[in-house]
Amino acid sequence: MDLELTEDQELFRETTAKFLERTSPLSTVREWAEKEPAGFPADWWRQGAGLGWTSLLVSEDDGGGSVSGHGLLDLVIVAEEMGRGVAPGPLLPVNVVAAALSEYGTQDQRDRYLPDLLSGEAIASWCLTEKGAPGLPSGVGLQATRRGADFVLTGRKGPVEAGAEAEFFVVAALVDGEPTQFLVDADAPGVTVTRAEGLDLVRRFAMVELDDVVLPAAAVLGEAGAGAPQIERLFELAVALECASMAGVIDRVLSFTMEYSFDRYSFGRPLASYQALKHRFADMKLWTEASLATALAAARSVDAKSERAFEFVSVAKSYIGDRAPLILQDCVQLHGGIGVTWDHDLHLYIRRVVQDRALFGTPYDHRERIAQALRLEESHGH
Amino acid sequence: MATDRLDTDRVDAAPAEGTEDLEAFRMRARAWLADNMPPLQETLTPHQLMLQDEMGTRARELQRILFDGGFAGLCFPKEYGGQGLTRAHQAAFTHESAPYEMPLVLNVPTFSILAPTLLDFGTEEQKRAHIPKIISGEEMWVQFLSEPSGGSDLASLVTRATRDGDVFILNGSKIWSSGAFRADYALCLARTEWHVPKHRGLTCFIVKIHQPGIEVQQIKMVNGSSEFCQEFFDDVAIPAENVVGEVNDGWTVATRLLYHERDAVGGGSPYTSGVFGGRGEHGSGRTDLIDLARATGRTGDSHVRQLVAESRANDLVGAQLISRVTKGISTGKFPGPAGSLHRLYAATNAERHQDIALELAGAGAGAWAEGDLAGEKGIEFLSRQSGSLGGGSNEMQRNIISERILGMPREYAADKDKPFDEVRHNASPSRPR
Repeated sequence: MDLELTEDQELFRETTAKFLERTSPLSTVREWAEKEPAGFPADWWRQGAGLGWTSLLVSEDDGGGSVSGHGLLDLVIVAEEMGRGVAPGPLLPVNVVAAALSEYGTQDQRDRYLPDLLSGEAIASWCLTEKGAPGLPSGVGLQATRRGADFVLTGRKGPVEAGAEAEFFVVAALVDGEPTQFLVDADAPGVTVTRAEGLDLVRRFAMVELDDVVLPAAAVLGEAGAGAPQIERLFELAVALECASMAGVIDRVLSFTMEYSFDRYSFGRPLASYQALKHRFADMKLWTEASLATALAAARSVDAKSERAFEFVSVAKSYIGDRAPLILQDCVQLHGGIGVTWDHDLHLYIRRVVQDRALFGTPYDHRERIAQALRLEESHGH
Repeated sequence: MATDRLDTDRVDAAPAEGTEDLEAFRMRARAWLADNMPPLQETLTPHQLMLQDEMGTRARELQRILFDGGFAGLCFPKEYGGQGLTRAHQAAFTHESAPYEMPLVLNVPTFSILAPTLLDFGTEEQKRAHIPKIISGEEMWVQFLSEPSGGSDLASLVTRATRDGDVFILNGSKIWSSGAFRADYALCLARTEWHVPKHRGLTCFIVKIHQPGIEVQQIKMVNGSSEFCQEFFDDVAIPAENVVGEVNDGWTVATRLLYHERDAVGGGSPYTSGVFGGRGEHGSGRTDLIDLARATGRTGDSHVRQLVAESRANDLVGAQLISRVTKGISTGKFPGPAGSLHRLYAATNAERHQDIALELAGAGAGAWAEGDLAGEKGIEFLSRQSGSLGGGSNEMQRNIISERILGMPREYAADKDKPFDEVRHNASPSRPR
């Protein structure tokens, strides 16, 4: 958690945490996993929207507003708390789309799409990922060809979070080879959404097929061919949220694994008294604090639209993405056999972290971005 | 120990009324540096410059220039010759100073370990006698803590200080003091009482290093350096007014010294000025692996790119962790021992950095043409564990983190609460002739 939260942010954090504890404890998460197609009841998401979960990245003129004047720093508080409780809900896709509309949308686009998104009535998602370079801005290959004044989109996107629940999408495509983003309604002719399998119990994904989808020029977000900075910006927002989520997960899991080590006795001593285990906890504490630190630094750089954001999100994602799964598996090891049972909650957290690690660039992908930020020449020698 | 009232805690207090605006300070520093400090040359790295200046003569001159210009001891209190500024001012100055030759050898241990400890526990007379001279570059200090008889179990030391009227008579030996041969004074921890448990019979003294009865020997290390020293004390008379803190309460002083040491070694000290990494196009941070990848012509190799990027990420995360822990300690959200977090991070990251450097160096780490960067990496690898040993080993840091941050049970200690003279301990070695 940010050690420098303002009083308002601290109150916001408490409100969010209490709401999550009350409405979606892990027993409820397990229940919703079974019986809720979206992973959560629609009314629950509307209540979350009422707490501000959907409006932090949107300007006040458009009906949004932040707690601290730094919307992303408020939003990562929610992402971190949702990580702690493996909460469901399309926090990432809805906020990325809301930011896209607020920052790049025309008045008409904002009037049409934002009110329902902010109130929680509608869900939307961002279609970035394709085969090839999955989850990265550089991986956009879906073609949008001009037909008169219109654009025609054909191709396949996925996995798309909350794709089956979304009423509309922001779709990243190429027009004449240049990145361009479009607003696409889920019920537009030629759009086919198919539910996908996913590791997380309550986060849902889908594949989105676009077959000759005809869009007017008014569906372009910003200008045709000018999508590259948008896509990078939205990507950075998405990665900052993933990192906060993973940091929340490991902070929580380390904490209950430590409690377990105090309570569990073998050979007449608590596990926490064995130096071999104490030293592993020390390492995990170090990695967790480092993860919290780098997640926050990433969020701050993205919030400030700093030129270092490109590198900072990739530093955070590569570091946390590497450490978090190892920390969780070591926590399984410290729990013993109970840690690999369905009834124990550890796997809920592992599912969440592995998914966060995998989407929007793996640690490997992000290290390549760092190499680019360092301007390491891609051709050999001098 | 009422650590919340120590002098060095003031560095994180709200800036005093009238403190110079950060950006104004930065501009003033930038202009002053350009006019007064010698620019770094391409041919020698800051590290090489430091090795050339074996006796610290150059460093003292450079520090004097900083002092005369009002840019020395930025975070030290004004009443002792400092500038009473904030960490942010120091960070800005360090950033601005990167293109210039700086007296980096004074940073550790003089500025970041000994001076802050003296500030916290020295008498008013001691502070006025020494801190202004430290800040002006006149005095270099070291710590006389570790002994040949024990490293991690510092409190079992056996160097003896026996009261004799107005003086204490010091006998024994200290080791691993860095640069003692060129330093002027030391803080020395010695046993003054043997019939009490080990922590309660220690006293901390200010010791003038170059005087009859003290012999300083340099120790040759695996990388060829002779920075570390061993000292032998033979009936050295120390005036009683040189006691720092209370007689038999030296452990309190040593604990604080170790706190400052962890901060210094982990990179979190506000009292250092300037950095070795310099400042390239990528902000402050070391660029040796980028240079190495370029030197070996392998920047396009995906494996090489991954390793360089991993190291870069580790370095940035380390800096971000320091900010977090420093903020946590200063706001009371983290306990003081949290400094062990960035100390352990820095050490494990240094190990990884060496491993990556060795991989990138390839064949050149084994045999090389004179001046090749790859060869330097081979030699540096020999000292890979240095950072994990100095300032309390990684294993001690893990004990501290688990016991004093996470609250896990303390390790069993056979000497707990026993008078030291009833505890089995190692003897002090006799001096080699």
